[in-house]
Amino acid sequence: MNWETVIGLEVHVQLSTHSKIFSGASTAFGAEPNAQACDIDVALPGVLPVLNAAAVDKAVRLGLAVGATINPRSIFARKNYFYPDLPKGYQISQYEIPVVQGGSIDILVGEQPKTVQLTRAHLEEDAGKSLHEDFHGMTGIDLNRAGTPLLEIVSEPDMRGAAEAVAYGKALHALVRWLDICDGNMQEGSFRMDANVSVRPAGVATLGTRCEIKNLNSFRFLERAIDYEVRRQIEVLTDGGTIRQETRLYDPDRDETRAMRSKEDAHDYRYFPDPDLLPLEIDEAYLAQVRSSMPELPAQKRERFTSEFGLSVYDANLLTGSREMADYFEQAAAGLGGQAFKLVANWIGGALSARLNDEGIEITASKVSPVALRALVERIVDGTISGKIARDVFDAMWSGEGQVDEIIERRGLRQISDSGALDKLVDEVIASNGSQVADYRSGKAKAFNALVGQVMKASKGKANPQQVNDILRRKLDTGV
Amino acid sequence: MFQLSIADLSQCLARRECSSVELARLFLERIRTLNPGLNAVITLDEERTLAAAAAADRRIAAGESGPLTGIPILHKDIFLAKGWRTTCGSRMLENFIAPYDAHVVEKLDAAGMVNLGKTNMDEFAMGSSNETSWFGPVRNPWRLSAVPGGSSGGSASAVAARLAPCATGTDTGGSIRQPAALTGICGLKPTYGVASRYGMIAFASSLDQAGPMAKTAQDLALMLNAMAGFDARDSTSLEREPEDYTRELTRPIKGLRIGLPKEFFAEGVQPAVTKAVEAAIAQYRALGAEIVEVSLPNMGLSIPVYYVLAPAEASSNLARFDGVRYGHRAAEYTDLTDMYERTRAEGFGAEVRRRIMIGTYVLSHGYYDAYYIKAQRVRRLIAADFAAAFERCDVIMGPTSPTTAFELGSRTDDPVQMYLCDIYTIAVNLAGLPGLSIPAGFDAAGLPVGLQLIGDYFSEARLLNVAHQFQLASDWHVTMPSSFAA
Amino acid sequence: MALTHDDVCRVARLARLRQDEAQAQSMLTELNRIFALMEQMQGVDTTLVEPMSHPRDVAQRLRADRVTESDRREQLLPLAPKSENGLYLVPKVIE
Repeated sequence: MNWETVIGLEVHVQLSTHSKIFSGASTAFGAEPNAQACDIDVALPGVLPVLNAAAVDKAVRLGLAVGATINPRSIFARKNYFYPDLPKGYQISQYEIPVVQGGSIDILVGEQPKTVQLTRAHLEEDAGKSLHEDFHGMTGIDLNRAGTPLLEIVSEPDMRGAAEAVAYGKALHALVRWLDICDGNMQEGSFRMDANVSVRPAGVATLGTRCEIKNLNSFRFLERAIDYEVRRQIEVLTDGGTIRQETRLYDPDRDETRAMRSKEDAHDYRYFPDPDLLPLEIDEAYLAQVRSSMPELPAQKRERFTSEFGLSVYDANLLTGSREMADYFEQAAAGLGGQAFKLVANWIGGALSARLNDEGIEITASKVSPVALRALVERIVDGTISGKIARDVFDAMWSGEGQVDEIIERRGLRQISDSGALDKLVDEVIASNGSQVADYRSGKAKAFNALVGQVMKASKGKANPQQVNDILRRKLDTGV
Repeated sequence: MFQLSIADLSQCLARRECSSVELARLFLERIRTLNPGLNAVITLDEERTLAAAAAADRRIAAGESGPLTGIPILHKDIFLAKGWRTTCGSRMLENFIAPYDAHVVEKLDAAGMVNLGKTNMDEFAMGSSNETSWFGPVRNPWRLSAVPGGSSGGSASAVAARLAPCATGTDTGGSIRQPAALTGICGLKPTYGVASRYGMIAFASSLDQAGPMAKTAQDLALMLNAMAGFDARDSTSLEREPEDYTRELTRPIKGLRIGLPKEFFAEGVQPAVTKAVEAAIAQYRALGAEIVEVSLPNMGLSIPVYYVLAPAEASSNLARFDGVRYGHRAAEYTDLTDMYERTRAEGFGAEVRRRIMIGTYVLSHGYYDAYYIKAQRVRRLIAADFAAAFERCDVIMGPTSPTTAFELGSRTDDPVQMYLCDIYTIAVNLAGLPGLSIPAGFDAAGLPVGLQLIGDYFSEARLLNVAHQFQLASDWHVTMPSSFAA
Repeated sequence: MALTHDDVCRVARLARLRQDEAQAQSMLTELNRIFALMEQMQGVDTTLVEPMSHPRDVAQRLRADRVTESDRREQLLPLAPKSENGLYLVPKVIE
């Protein structure tokens, strides 16, 4: 039987605010345990929540960026359950009326474009952390993370395999960073994915029973967890079994998912509107203000990069992978024209990306600034150096040897385009490579390339290759 | 001296006829000798009290005092007061030392009031007789075998017995007004949102409101001036211009339109209560007020609505008491769930457990719409009844409680009978309106009767005016239980 | 709509309240008396009435995104029944 996989993602995005969603405690990562858990986060008797304006702002940004409806009136609700990392015994979340409803995200699966519909995005608070190292058989609770603002972004079950889920996850990750609403740090848990996975026989319209795999904090784990879970479900169904709706955890060491024991009880969260918080009202004036402060979105930028700079769709996509990279490109391309844009794109996608990868640094920390890259491209365009020599110059710039022109001068890398000097070099090579000249003249075309190589070598790479070609061919063919 | 109102004590302090330290010692001494028979005060800290009194005396000497500076006060043990044990009447918090101040406490401290101690209360404010406290029942100074009402029964009993000139209370369904009525003192529940709830242990968040309890309406006004005010830490605190609640006290009430809802004079009201309330209204008429008949047709539903909504909110508000970060934890347990279940079963008394059960049930899957949402809809109807009534009158009057103080233990076996104590007070909380109870006479056994005054939103100054004018023409409020007068 | 013994046990579990059989029985009796009182609401026509969550119809006020709280661990952790190394301790949590 052929099986179809159906996946929906729930992504918990930690919003990059300074203070928590309902208290004035810091959200900075890595503090001593419980040093950033204030009276409100610890849920002392008598404390009350007040909503952080920046969390609302960031949620609205995401909503506008995905073309969603921003509810003019959304409600905070209490989700009631007992857990030691949940100090109040309830999580403040949004239930019936979330701040963001609908919207969609365009993804590329390989070369295939696809649109994933979003169900909603709602504001809520994060829980603390349970530390399972052994404290005489007990668990330690750190509430520093309790109350950190989260935006839970829920997709429709639109994805049909791990590859699509990963493409969606990556697109969303890029978007939240682009909007500057989340630092995107997956190791620190700033972007956590839950995957709802089900399978059904191909052609069947109804959805199969789903399992939710919780807390996937890398795209690799997302992919592997889905692949495992799909295999498991198909196996169960093929053996005549049924899938139990449950919450599962992915164990990267064993590369498998298992049912969570603590979630086995059927939950009854007893949601109701939080009486400590009033309806969140968002009016048109506020929306207009947020809209006007929104950065140009990746899709808009891609469109402009192809139309304004004549870049290919591939290059435009690459350069809009992050806002920082797009900014780098625009700064490097400023004032250039025509073919130079393509060159800048190639340099960013090639040498620069390779260097950044090698050193594991972000483009904002690049040792060659956009202005410096522009100067380099200008020297290629005006014929001062060849593309090949430019690689050496780039490496020298990266090592901090100075500006483009300084390096060219100091190392004497200026391209030789003076035809008198080139004539002389070519004559010398013809004179000292008699057998190859004879080979060429007897019809062996390959010998020509070897002779060009000899000239380039004699010029230490600085000869203008096009001119060398022309002069050599003229001299060999006509003897003049 | 202990008979004097805040206003009079303030004069004494200003004229240096007494010091704040002397006042504090006087009332501490009364608490020491008289409280054992009442069990109204459950925590004292003489050193802190005297230090605060000494600080108040310095302020008075420096000419930096206000009308409340140096006046002793008792706080209901639902308010956190930094460094003070704060129990909420529960074993759950038996040894909990508050690490911060409630906004109301902070404001009264800032006004120079001297904290004498903490008063007993129904556990987590759930009760109408003060019999649910972990620290034992409070007794009514008018008759020690009778209850003082609840949940602010400790505050009411203490002020009635003159163990303090005044006290704070909280009112979720009548918890200030009903005990005030049953002990012959004055108590005001302000409009929801006028006083901050920060640092006041939550029972039912959308109903809870702090208010003053004292001997006279004028004293309530002086206290409310300090207790009211916007607090950025409470999302439901209202941002309004500060007002002087004493400003209208002296206004004549000629032409005042008093609305009498027929539902307030229904079956089940003790004849002595009806008689006293009718006499008070006759007196108002003599002062120039007009009587208008109004109707609150849905008022009878306020008890079922309240006993859905308040327990629902409470079941969630009390989930934080789990034995992890503070408060009681069971001594023995086998695992996490066992720890939770034993801790909460041991830490909460029967009435609190009952309300948590009600609240959990009405919010649970399949019952939410039938109970919780239905109750919220009826709540709106009840609020609309008041809005319609206030089109026709300035203040609504009626009994605060259908009965005078009842005997200890007489209603504890029947929760429904107990819940009916608040039949006339609950609707005010559901609507979020201000309500006031003042003494209006006695029954044949010499137990006090309370008159309830209900106003439109933010009409506290007017309500206090109406109450003050009555007190200028009557002396019920200065009568005190004779066995505590010596 | 009367509650059953099973309802009382289910709700007590949800609320994390230990009860013995005798307590469950008397709780059932009391709750059913209380819920009989609540049936009065069911007769009221509320089809066109919006639920009322708050006494006043106002919108949520927003707080500026500033860190206003400092480290409170020294004051708060000692309130806990069990703590160690800056952490609150609870019986082992199994995920």
